[in-house]
Amino acid sequence: MIRIRDVHKRFGALVVLDGVTLDVQDGETLALLGPSGTGKSVLLKHIIGLIKPDAGDIDVDGLNVPTLDRDALAKLRRTIGYVFQNGALFDSDNVYENIRLGLTDPNEFGDDAFARERVSECLRLVNLPESTLTKMPSELSGGMRKRVGIARAIAGKPKYVLYDEPTSGLDPVNSDIIDGLIRRLNDELGVTGIMVTHDVRGAFRTADRIALLTGGKVVAEGTPDDFRASQVPEVRAFLERDFDLAPLETGFAQ
Amino acid sequence: MPGSQDSMSSLIVRVQRRTGRVVLDTLASVGRFAGLTAEIVRGTSEVRIWLPRTLAEAHNIGLGSLFIVLLISAFAGGVTALQAGYQFTGNIPIYVVGAIVTQSIVLELGPVLVGLILAGRIGARYAAELGTMRVTEQIDALESLGRSPASHLLLPKVLACILMIPVLVVFADVMALVAGWFISKQSLPITDQDFAYGARIFWQPFNAWYSLIKAAAFAATIGLVSCYYGYNTQHGAAGVGRSTTGAVVSSSVLILLLDLILAKLLLVP
Repeated sequence: MIRIRDVHKRFGALVVLDGVTLDVQDGETLALLGPSGTGKSVLLKHIIGLIKPDAGDIDVDGLNVPTLDRDALAKLRRTIGYVFQNGALFDSDNVYENIRLGLTDPNEFGDDAFARERVSECLRLVNLPESTLTKMPSELSGGMRKRVGIARAIAGKPKYVLYDEPTSGLDPVNSDIIDGLIRRLNDELGVTGIMVTHDVRGAFRTADRIALLTGGKVVAEGTPDDFRASQVPEVRAFLERDFDLAPLETGFAQ
Repeated sequence: MPGSQDSMSSLIVRVQRRTGRVVLDTLASVGRFAGLTAEIVRGTSEVRIWLPRTLAEAHNIGLGSLFIVLLISAFAGGVTALQAGYQFTGNIPIYVVGAIVTQSIVLELGPVLVGLILAGRIGARYAAELGTMRVTEQIDALESLGRSPASHLLLPKVLACILMIPVLVVFADVMALVAGWFISKQSLPITDQDFAYGARIFWQPFNAWYSLIKAAAFAATIGLVSCYYGYNTQHGAAGVGRSTTGAVVSSSVLILLLDLILAKLLLVP
Protein backbone atom coordinates (compact mmCIF):
# COMPACT_ATOMS: atom_id res chain seq x y z
CA MET A 1 0.00 0.00 0.00
CA ILE A 2 1.15 3.52 -0.77
CA ARG A 3 0.21 6.13 1.79
CA ILE A 4 0.89 9.81 1.17
CA ARG A 5 0.24 12.24 4.02
CA ASP A 6 0.29 16.02 3.87
CA VAL A 7 3.23 16.25 1.48
CA HIS A 8 4.60 19.70 0.80
CA LYS A 9 7.22 20.57 -1.80
CA ARG A 10 8.42 23.86 -3.16
CA PHE A 11 11.16 24.71 -5.67
CA GLY A 12 12.43 28.16 -4.72
CA ALA A 13 9.38 30.38 -4.45
CA LEU A 14 7.18 28.00 -6.45
CA VAL A 15 4.91 25.87 -4.29
CA VAL A 16 4.29 22.64 -6.19
CA LEU A 17 2.72 20.35 -3.60
CA ASP A 18 0.76 21.99 -0.84
CA GLY A 19 -0.41 19.25 1.47
CA VAL A 20 -1.13 16.25 -0.76
CA THR A 21 -2.82 13.33 0.96
CA LEU A 22 -3.61 10.17 -0.98
CA ASP A 23 -3.85 6.41 -0.44
CA VAL A 24 -3.32 3.74 -3.07
CA GLN A 25 -4.52 0.29 -2.06
CA ASP A 26 -2.70 -2.88 -3.08
CA GLY A 27 -3.95 -4.24 -6.38
CA GLU A 28 -5.68 -1.11 -7.61
CA THR A 29 -4.85 1.25 -10.43
CA LEU A 30 -5.17 4.92 -9.63
CA ALA A 31 -5.23 7.56 -12.35
CA LEU A 32 -3.90 10.91 -11.23
CA LEU A 33 -5.37 13.64 -13.39
CA GLY A 34 -4.62 17.33 -13.35
CA PRO A 35 -3.61 20.28 -15.47
CA SER A 36 0.00 20.57 -16.61
CA GLY A 37 2.44 21.91 -14.05
CA THR A 38 0.45 20.90 -10.99
CA GLY A 39 3.11 18.52 -9.65
CA LYS A 40 1.77 15.13 -10.72
CA SER A 41 5.19 13.91 -11.91
CA VAL A 42 6.83 15.49 -8.86
CA LEU A 43 4.49 13.47 -6.65
CA LEU A 44 5.42 10.24 -8.47
CA LYS A 45 9.12 11.00 -7.95
CA HIS A 46 8.48 11.45 -4.22
CA ILE A 47 7.04 7.93 -4.07
CA ILE A 48 10.23 6.40 -5.47
CA GLY A 49 12.50 8.67 -3.45
CA LEU A 50 13.96 10.64 -6.36
CA ILE A 51 12.71 13.83 -4.69
CA LYS A 52 12.44 14.39 -0.94
CA PRO A 53 9.47 16.31 0.46
CA ASP A 54 9.89 19.51 2.46
CA ALA A 55 7.30 18.11 4.87
CA GLY A 56 4.95 15.15 5.06
CA ASP A 57 5.21 11.36 4.88
CA ILE A 58 5.29 8.87 2.02
CA ASP A 59 4.96 5.25 3.11
CA VAL A 60 5.31 2.31 0.73
CA ASP A 61 4.57 -1.05 2.32
CA GLY A 62 5.04 0.59 5.72
CA LEU A 63 8.47 2.02 4.85
CA ASN A 64 8.82 5.78 5.20
CA VAL A 65 10.53 6.59 1.86
CA PRO A 66 12.16 9.96 2.74
CA THR A 67 13.95 8.46 5.73
CA LEU A 68 15.28 5.29 4.06
CA ASP A 69 19.04 4.86 3.76
CA ARG A 70 20.72 4.19 0.42
CA ASP A 71 20.53 0.39 0.54
CA ALA A 72 16.96 0.24 1.85
CA LEU A 73 15.86 2.71 -0.82
CA ALA A 74 17.55 0.67 -3.57
CA LYS A 75 15.80 -2.46 -2.26
CA LEU A 76 12.43 -0.72 -2.23
CA ARG A 77 12.95 0.66 -5.73
CA ARG A 78 13.39 -2.91 -7.03
CA THR A 79 9.72 -3.46 -6.19
CA ILE A 80 8.62 -0.36 -8.11
CA GLY A 81 8.71 0.09 -11.87
CA TYR A 82 8.80 3.67 -13.11
CA VAL A 83 7.75 4.66 -16.62
CA PHE A 84 9.29 8.03 -17.41
CA GLN A 85 7.42 10.61 -19.43
CA ASN A 86 9.96 10.65 -22.27
CA GLY A 87 11.11 7.07 -21.89
CA ALA A 88 14.47 8.03 -20.31
CA LEU A 89 16.13 5.19 -22.20
CA PHE A 90 19.89 4.76 -21.78
CA ASP A 91 20.99 6.09 -25.14
CA SER A 92 24.38 4.36 -25.14
CA ASP A 93 22.70 0.93 -24.87
CA ASN A 94 20.47 -0.83 -27.39
CA VAL A 95 16.86 -1.79 -26.67
CA TYR A 96 17.83 -5.25 -25.41
CA GLU A 97 20.30 -3.84 -22.88
CA ASN A 98 17.80 -1.17 -21.82
CA ILE A 99 15.09 -3.70 -21.02
CA ARG A 100 17.58 -6.11 -19.47
CA LEU A 101 18.61 -3.40 -16.99
CA GLY A 102 15.02 -3.59 -15.76
CA LEU A 103 15.76 -7.07 -14.38
CA THR A 104 16.34 -5.94 -10.85
CA ASP A 105 17.11 -9.39 -9.43
CA PRO A 106 20.92 -9.82 -9.79
CA ASN A 107 20.56 -13.57 -10.55
CA GLU A 108 18.02 -12.96 -13.30
CA PHE A 109 20.14 -10.12 -14.66
CA GLY A 110 23.19 -12.37 -14.78
CA ASP A 111 21.40 -15.32 -16.44
CA ASP A 112 21.72 -14.67 -20.19
CA ALA A 113 19.14 -17.24 -21.29
CA PHE A 114 16.55 -16.06 -18.78
CA ALA A 115 17.24 -12.41 -19.59
CA ARG A 116 16.81 -12.95 -23.33
CA GLU A 117 13.51 -14.75 -22.82
CA ARG A 118 12.14 -12.18 -20.36
CA VAL A 119 13.21 -9.24 -22.51
CA SER A 120 11.45 -10.77 -25.56
CA GLU A 121 8.34 -11.39 -23.47
CA CYS A 122 8.25 -7.77 -22.28
CA LEU A 123 8.74 -6.55 -25.83
CA ARG A 124 5.76 -8.61 -27.00
CA LEU A 125 3.65 -7.23 -24.14
CA VAL A 126 4.16 -3.70 -25.40
CA ASN A 127 3.49 -4.72 -29.01
CA LEU A 128 6.97 -4.23 -30.42
CA PRO A 129 8.63 -6.63 -32.88
CA GLU A 130 11.70 -8.70 -31.99
CA SER A 131 13.73 -6.73 -34.54
CA THR A 132 13.56 -3.73 -32.19
CA LEU A 133 15.96 -5.42 -29.77
CA THR A 134 19.11 -4.46 -31.63
CA LYS A 135 18.06 -0.88 -32.32
CA MET A 136 19.52 2.08 -30.43
CA PRO A 137 17.09 4.48 -28.73
CA SER A 138 17.98 7.20 -31.26
CA GLU A 139 16.57 4.95 -34.01
CA LEU A 140 13.14 4.69 -32.35
CA SER A 141 10.09 6.90 -32.72
CA GLY A 142 8.73 8.69 -29.64
CA GLY A 143 5.97 6.13 -29.20
CA MET A 144 8.38 3.22 -29.50
CA ARG A 145 10.71 4.77 -26.95
CA LYS A 146 7.79 5.09 -24.57
CA ARG A 147 6.84 1.45 -25.03
CA VAL A 148 10.43 0.31 -24.50
CA GLY A 149 10.38 2.38 -21.30
CA ILE A 150 7.28 0.48 -20.18
CA ALA A 151 8.89 -2.85 -21.08
CA ARG A 152 11.93 -1.90 -18.98
CA ALA A 153 9.73 -0.88 -16.04
CA ILE A 154 7.85 -4.19 -15.98
CA ALA A 155 10.81 -6.49 -16.77
CA GLY A 156 11.60 -7.03 -13.09
CA LYS A 157 7.95 -7.98 -12.32
CA PRO A 158 7.51 -5.11 -9.86
CA LYS A 159 4.74 -4.96 -7.29
CA TYR A 160 4.04 -1.32 -8.15
CA VAL A 161 4.31 0.49 -11.46
CA LEU A 162 4.27 4.28 -11.64
CA TYR A 163 3.36 5.53 -15.11
CA ASP A 164 4.21 9.13 -15.97
CA GLU A 165 2.07 10.01 -19.00
CA PRO A 166 2.22 6.48 -20.45
CA THR A 167 0.14 7.27 -23.52
CA SER A 168 1.05 10.86 -24.35
CA GLY A 169 2.42 11.11 -27.87
CA LEU A 170 1.01 7.73 -28.89
CA ASP A 171 -1.49 7.15 -31.65
CA PRO A 172 -4.96 5.93 -30.56
CA VAL A 173 -4.21 2.29 -31.42
CA ASN A 174 -1.05 2.16 -29.33
CA SER A 175 -2.70 4.22 -26.57
CA ASP A 176 -5.35 1.53 -26.36
CA ILE A 177 -2.68 -1.19 -26.30
CA ILE A 178 -0.89 0.52 -23.40
CA ASP A 179 -4.17 1.15 -21.54
CA GLY A 180 -5.02 -2.53 -22.04
CA LEU A 181 -1.56 -3.56 -20.84
CA ILE A 182 -1.91 -1.48 -17.66
CA ARG A 183 -5.31 -3.06 -17.05
CA ARG A 184 -3.95 -6.59 -17.67
CA LEU A 185 -0.96 -6.07 -15.39
CA ASN A 186 -3.43 -5.06 -12.73
CA ASP A 187 -6.02 -7.81 -13.36
CA GLU A 188 -3.72 -10.76 -14.06
CA LEU A 189 -0.62 -10.01 -12.00
CA GLY A 190 -2.13 -7.82 -9.30
CA VAL A 191 0.28 -4.98 -10.07
CA THR A 192 -0.61 -1.79 -8.22
CA GLY A 193 -0.40 1.18 -10.53
CA ILE A 194 -0.43 4.95 -10.37
CA MET A 195 -0.92 6.53 -13.75
CA VAL A 196 -0.30 10.24 -14.21
CA THR A 197 -2.18 11.27 -17.30
CA HIS A 198 -4.07 13.95 -19.17
CA ASP A 199 -5.96 11.32 -21.10
CA VAL A 200 -9.38 11.42 -19.43
CA ARG A 201 -10.77 8.69 -21.69
CA GLY A 202 -7.84 6.38 -20.91
CA ALA A 203 -8.16 7.11 -17.19
CA PHE A 204 -11.84 6.15 -17.17
CA ARG A 205 -11.13 2.95 -19.11
CA THR A 206 -8.11 1.86 -17.10
CA ALA A 207 -8.31 3.07 -13.52
CA ASP A 208 -10.12 1.65 -10.51
CA ARG A 209 -9.99 5.07 -8.92
CA ILE A 210 -9.28 8.56 -10.18
CA ALA A 211 -7.84 11.51 -8.27
CA LEU A 212 -7.56 15.11 -9.40
CA LEU A 213 -4.50 17.09 -8.36
CA THR A 214 -4.75 20.83 -8.76
CA GLY A 215 -3.38 23.80 -6.85
CA GLY A 216 -0.92 21.49 -5.10
CA LYS A 217 -3.69 19.44 -3.48
CA VAL A 218 -5.83 16.41 -4.28
CA VAL A 219 -9.24 18.06 -4.60
CA ALA A 220 -11.27 14.97 -5.52
CA GLU A 221 -10.91 11.21 -5.68
CA GLY A 222 -13.20 8.28 -6.24
CA THR A 223 -14.23 5.56 -8.65
CA PRO A 224 -14.66 6.54 -12.30
CA ASP A 225 -18.43 6.72 -11.74
CA ASP A 226 -18.02 8.88 -8.62
CA PHE A 227 -15.63 11.08 -10.50
CA ARG A 228 -17.93 11.46 -13.48
CA ALA A 229 -20.78 12.46 -11.19
CA SER A 230 -18.68 14.74 -9.01
CA GLN A 231 -19.88 18.30 -8.57
CA VAL A 232 -16.52 19.56 -7.32
CA PRO A 233 -15.95 22.65 -9.50
CA GLU A 234 -12.35 21.69 -10.40
CA VAL A 235 -13.53 18.23 -11.54
CA ARG A 236 -16.31 19.71 -13.64
CA ALA A 237 -13.89 22.23 -15.13
CA PHE A 238 -11.38 19.49 -15.94
CA LEU A 239 -13.92 17.11 -17.44
CA GLU A 240 -15.76 19.76 -19.39
CA ARG A 241 -12.54 21.64 -20.29
CA ASP A 242 -14.21 24.69 -18.88
CA PHE A 243 -11.09 26.62 -18.00
CA ASP A 244 -10.85 30.33 -17.90
CA LEU A 245 -9.38 31.14 -21.30
CA ALA A 246 -10.00 34.86 -21.03
CA PRO A 247 -6.36 35.81 -20.38
CA LEU A 248 -5.26 33.91 -23.50
CA GLU A 249 -7.98 35.39 -25.64
CA THR A 250 -7.21 38.87 -24.36
CA GLY A 251 -3.56 38.26 -25.11
CA PHE A 252 -4.30 37.33 -28.74
CA ALA A 253 -6.67 40.29 -29.11
CA GLN A 254 -3.93 42.65 -27.98
CA MET B 1 27.01 62.90 6.13
CA PRO B 2 24.33 60.40 7.18
CA GLY B 3 23.46 59.58 3.55
CA SER B 4 26.99 58.52 2.64
CA GLN B 5 27.30 56.55 5.92
CA ASP B 6 24.10 54.66 5.03
CA SER B 7 25.33 53.83 1.55
CA MET B 8 28.70 52.71 2.98
CA SER B 9 26.98 50.41 5.51
CA SER B 10 24.73 48.99 2.83
CA LEU B 11 27.79 48.35 0.63
CA ILE B 12 29.54 46.56 3.51
CA VAL B 13 26.45 44.44 4.14
CA ARG B 14 26.26 43.54 0.44
CA VAL B 15 29.94 42.58 0.35
CA GLN B 16 29.52 40.50 3.51
CA ARG B 17 26.46 38.75 2.06
CA ARG B 18 28.19 38.01 -1.21
CA THR B 19 31.31 36.72 0.56
CA GLY B 20 29.15 34.56 2.81
CA ARG B 21 27.30 33.16 -0.20
CA VAL B 22 30.56 32.36 -2.02
CA VAL B 23 31.96 30.63 1.09
CA LEU B 24 28.74 28.62 1.58
CA ASP B 25 28.59 27.66 -2.12
CA THR B 26 32.23 26.55 -2.04
CA LEU B 27 31.68 24.48 1.10
CA ALA B 28 28.57 22.93 -0.44
CA SER B 29 30.53 22.05 -3.60
CA VAL B 30 33.34 20.49 -1.56
CA GLY B 31 30.76 18.51 0.40
CA ARG B 32 29.05 17.29 -2.77
CA PHE B 33 32.41 16.37 -4.30
CA ALA B 34 33.40 14.40 -1.19
CA GLY B 35 29.99 12.69 -1.15
CA LEU B 36 30.30 11.71 -4.81
CA THR B 37 33.83 10.38 -4.27
CA ALA B 38 32.61 8.29 -1.32
CA GLU B 39 29.74 7.00 -3.46
CA ILE B 40 32.21 6.00 -6.19
CA VAL B 41 34.35 4.15 -3.64
CA ARG B 42 31.24 2.34 -2.34
CA GLY B 43 30.44 1.35 -5.94
CA THR B 44 33.57 -0.83 -6.08
CA SER B 45 31.64 -3.67 -4.42
CA GLU B 46 29.65 -4.32 -7.64
CA VAL B 47 32.53 -5.77 -9.66
CA ARG B 48 30.24 -7.57 -12.13
CA ILE B 49 28.73 -4.23 -13.11
CA TRP B 50 31.74 -1.92 -13.28
CA LEU B 51 34.44 -4.24 -14.64
CA PRO B 52 33.10 -4.73 -18.20
CA ARG B 53 32.08 -1.07 -18.41
CA THR B 54 35.54 0.02 -17.24
CA LEU B 55 37.23 -2.10 -19.90
CA ALA B 56 34.96 -0.66 -22.60
CA GLU B 57 35.62 2.91 -21.40
CA ALA B 58 39.38 2.26 -21.19
CA HIS B 59 39.38 0.90 -24.72
CA ASN B 60 37.44 3.95 -25.94
CA ILE B 61 39.52 6.63 -24.30
CA GLY B 62 42.84 4.84 -24.84
CA LEU B 63 42.51 4.22 -28.55
CA GLY B 64 40.49 7.38 -29.13
CA SER B 65 43.10 9.63 -27.54
CA LEU B 66 46.25 7.94 -28.83
CA PHE B 67 46.56 9.86 -32.09
CA ILE B 68 46.16 13.33 -30.62
CA VAL B 69 48.49 12.47 -27.72
CA LEU B 70 51.21 11.21 -30.11
CA LEU B 71 50.79 14.19 -32.42
CA ILE B 72 51.08 16.80 -29.69
CA SER B 73 53.94 15.06 -27.90
CA ALA B 74 55.88 14.82 -31.16
CA PHE B 75 55.57 18.57 -31.64
CA ALA B 76 56.41 19.23 -27.99
CA GLY B 77 59.54 17.06 -28.20
CA GLY B 78 60.66 18.74 -31.41
CA VAL B 79 60.14 22.28 -30.11
CA THR B 80 61.88 21.46 -26.81
CA ALA B 81 64.92 20.23 -28.74
CA LEU B 82 65.05 23.34 -30.90
CA GLN B 83 64.69 25.70 -27.95
CA ALA B 84 67.30 23.81 -25.95
CA GLY B 85 69.67 24.10 -28.90
CA TYR B 86 68.93 27.84 -29.17
CA GLN B 87 69.37 28.55 -25.44
CA PHE B 88 72.40 26.38 -24.72
CA THR B 89 74.89 27.50 -27.33
CA GLY B 90 78.42 28.85 -26.85
CA ASN B 91 80.44 27.36 -24.01
CA ILE B 92 77.83 24.84 -22.90
CA PRO B 93 78.48 21.32 -24.21
CA ILE B 94 76.01 20.21 -26.87
CA TYR B 95 75.16 16.97 -25.06
CA VAL B 96 73.23 19.12 -22.57
CA VAL B 97 70.48 19.25 -25.21
CA GLY B 98 69.89 15.51 -24.64
CA ALA B 99 69.64 16.07 -20.91
CA ILE B 100 67.29 19.04 -21.24
CA VAL B 101 65.02 17.31 -23.72
CA THR B 102 64.79 14.12 -21.66
CA GLN B 103 64.30 15.80 -18.30
CA SER B 104 61.80 18.37 -19.58
CA ILE B 105 59.70 15.77 -21.32
CA VAL B 106 59.64 13.06 -18.68
CA LEU B 107 59.36 15.31 -15.65
CA GLU B 108 57.05 17.97 -17.00
CA LEU B 109 55.92 18.17 -20.58
CA GLY B 110 54.74 14.58 -21.05
CA PRO B 111 52.36 14.31 -18.10
CA VAL B 112 51.24 17.96 -18.03
CA LEU B 113 50.59 18.34 -21.75
CA VAL B 114 48.78 15.02 -21.92
CA GLY B 115 46.84 15.91 -18.77
CA LEU B 116 45.71 19.24 -20.20
CA ILE B 117 44.79 17.77 -23.58
CA LEU B 118 42.83 14.95 -22.02
CA ALA B 119 41.13 17.32 -19.57
CA GLY B 120 39.66 18.84 -22.72
CA ARG B 121 39.05 15.67 -24.64
CA ILE B 122 37.93 13.17 -22.00
CA GLY B 123 36.75 15.62 -19.33
CA ALA B 124 34.44 17.42 -21.76
CA ARG B 125 33.12 14.13 -23.10
CA TYR B 126 32.36 12.68 -19.68
CA ALA B 127 30.78 15.86 -18.34
CA ALA B 128 28.61 16.24 -21.46
CA GLU B 129 27.61 12.57 -21.46
CA LEU B 130 26.65 12.50 -17.78
CA GLY B 131 25.05 15.94 -17.99
CA THR B 132 22.86 14.85 -20.88
CA MET B 133 21.93 11.69 -18.99
CA ARG B 134 20.98 13.83 -16.00
CA VAL B 135 18.78 16.30 -17.88
CA THR B 136 17.07 13.54 -19.90
CA GLU B 137 16.28 11.63 -16.65
CA GLN B 138 18.48 8.65 -17.60
CA ILE B 139 20.29 8.85 -14.25
CA ASP B 140 16.92 9.06 -12.47
CA ALA B 141 15.84 6.00 -14.48
CA LEU B 142 18.92 4.09 -13.35
CA GLU B 143 18.23 5.00 -9.73
CA SER B 144 14.55 4.11 -10.11
CA LEU B 145 15.66 0.57 -11.00
CA GLY B 146 17.49 0.34 -7.67
CA ARG B 147 20.81 0.52 -9.50
CA SER B 148 23.77 2.60 -8.45
CA PRO B 149 24.91 5.35 -10.86
CA ALA B 150 28.30 5.06 -9.16
CA SER B 151 28.96 1.46 -10.24
CA HIS B 152 27.20 1.77 -13.61
CA LEU B 153 28.45 5.16 -14.77
CA LEU B 154 30.94 6.96 -12.56
CA LEU B 155 33.38 4.33 -11.34
CA PRO B 156 34.05 2.91 -14.85
CA LYS B 157 34.88 6.42 -16.09
CA VAL B 158 37.20 7.28 -13.20
CA LEU B 159 38.95 3.89 -13.34
CA ALA B 160 39.33 4.06 -17.12
CA CYS B 161 41.08 7.42 -16.72
CA ILE B 162 43.39 6.08 -13.99
CA LEU B 163 44.21 3.00 -16.09
CA MET B 164 44.70 4.62 -19.48
CA ILE B 165 46.10 8.11 -18.91
CA PRO B 166 49.41 6.85 -17.41
CA VAL B 167 49.73 4.51 -20.41
CA LEU B 168 49.11 7.43 -22.75
CA VAL B 169 51.73 9.46 -20.87
CA VAL B 170 54.28 6.67 -21.43
CA PHE B 171 53.48 6.75 -25.15
CA ALA B 172 53.73 10.56 -25.10
CA ASP B 173 57.11 10.49 -23.31
CA VAL B 174 58.54 8.01 -25.80
CA MET B 175 57.15 9.86 -28.81
CA ALA B 176 58.42 13.24 -27.56
CA LEU B 177 61.89 11.80 -26.87
CA VAL B 178 62.09 10.27 -30.33
CA ALA B 179 60.91 13.51 -31.92
CA GLY B 180 63.33 15.54 -29.77
CA TRP B 181 66.23 13.30 -30.76
CA PHE B 182 65.27 13.41 -34.46
CA ILE B 183 64.83 17.19 -34.58
CA SER B 184 68.06 17.72 -32.62
CA LYS B 185 69.94 15.62 -35.15
CA GLN B 186 68.41 17.48 -38.06
CA SER B 187 68.91 20.98 -36.69
CA LEU B 188 71.86 20.97 -34.32
CA PRO B 189 75.47 19.77 -34.49
CA ILE B 190 74.78 16.84 -32.15
CA THR B 191 75.53 13.15 -32.63
CA ASP B 192 73.48 10.19 -31.41
CA GLN B 193 76.19 9.50 -28.83
CA ASP B 194 76.08 13.08 -27.52
CA PHE B 195 72.29 13.01 -27.22
CA ALA B 196 72.31 9.62 -25.49
CA TYR B 197 75.11 10.69 -23.15
CA GLY B 198 73.20 13.84 -22.18
CA ALA B 199 70.00 11.89 -21.70
CA ARG B 200 71.74 9.40 -19.39
CA ILE B 201 73.89 11.74 -17.38
CA PHE B 202 71.11 13.29 -15.27
CA TRP B 203 68.72 10.36 -15.54
CA GLN B 204 67.35 8.67 -12.43
CA PRO B 205 64.83 5.83 -12.42
CA PHE B 206 62.69 7.93 -10.07
CA ASN B 207 62.08 10.33 -12.98
CA ALA B 208 59.97 7.71 -14.73
CA TRP B 209 58.05 7.00 -11.54
CA TYR B 210 57.50 10.72 -11.02
CA SER B 211 56.05 10.99 -14.52
CA LEU B 212 53.67 8.10 -13.81
CA ILE B 213 52.67 9.41 -10.36
CA LYS B 214 51.78 12.75 -11.92
CA ALA B 215 49.88 11.01 -14.72
CA ALA B 216 47.83 8.98 -12.23
CA ALA B 217 47.07 12.06 -10.12
CA PHE B 218 46.00 14.03 -13.19
CA ALA B 219 43.92 11.06 -14.39
CA ALA B 220 42.03 10.83 -11.09
CA THR B 221 41.46 14.59 -11.22
CA ILE B 222 40.07 14.49 -14.76
CA GLY B 223 37.82 11.50 -13.98
CA LEU B 224 36.45 12.77 -10.67
CA VAL B 225 36.02 16.41 -11.67
CA SER B 226 34.28 15.63 -14.98
CA CYS B 227 32.00 13.11 -13.27
CA TYR B 228 31.21 15.65 -10.56
CA TYR B 229 30.25 18.36 -13.03
CA GLY B 230 28.29 16.02 -15.30
CA TYR B 231 26.46 14.27 -12.47
CA ASN B 232 25.35 17.55 -10.90
CA THR B 233 24.12 19.13 -14.14
CA GLN B 234 20.89 21.12 -13.97
CA HIS B 235 18.75 23.21 -16.28
CA GLY B 236 18.78 21.52 -19.68
CA ALA B 237 21.10 22.06 -22.61
CA ALA B 238 22.55 25.29 -21.21
CA GLY B 239 23.35 23.39 -18.02
CA VAL B 240 25.16 20.69 -20.00
CA GLY B 241 27.22 23.43 -21.66
CA ARG B 242 28.07 24.98 -18.29
CA SER B 243 29.03 21.60 -16.84
CA THR B 244 31.27 20.79 -19.77
CA THR B 245 33.07 24.12 -19.57
CA GLY B 246 33.32 23.86 -15.79
CA ALA B 247 34.78 20.35 -16.00
CA VAL B 248 37.48 21.36 -18.49
CA VAL B 249 38.44 24.60 -16.75
CA SER B 250 38.46 23.11 -13.24
CA SER B 251 40.38 20.00 -14.32
CA SER B 252 42.98 22.12 -16.10
CA VAL B 253 43.46 24.47 -13.14
CA LEU B 254 43.67 21.55 -10.71
CA ILE B 255 46.22 19.80 -12.94
CA LEU B 256 48.45 22.88 -12.85
CA LEU B 257 48.00 23.18 -9.09
CA LEU B 258 48.78 19.49 -8.56
CA ASP B 259 51.81 19.85 -10.81
CA LEU B 260 53.16 22.50 -8.47
CA ILE B 261 52.31 20.56 -5.31
CA LEU B 262 53.82 17.29 -6.57
CA ALA B 263 57.00 19.06 -7.71
CA LYS B 264 57.38 20.60 -4.26
CA LEU B 265 56.60 17.35 -2.43
CA LEU B 266 58.55 14.89 -4.57
CA LEU B 267 61.36 16.85 -6.21
CA VAL B 268 62.27 19.53 -3.65
CA PRO B 269 62.15 17.93 -0.20
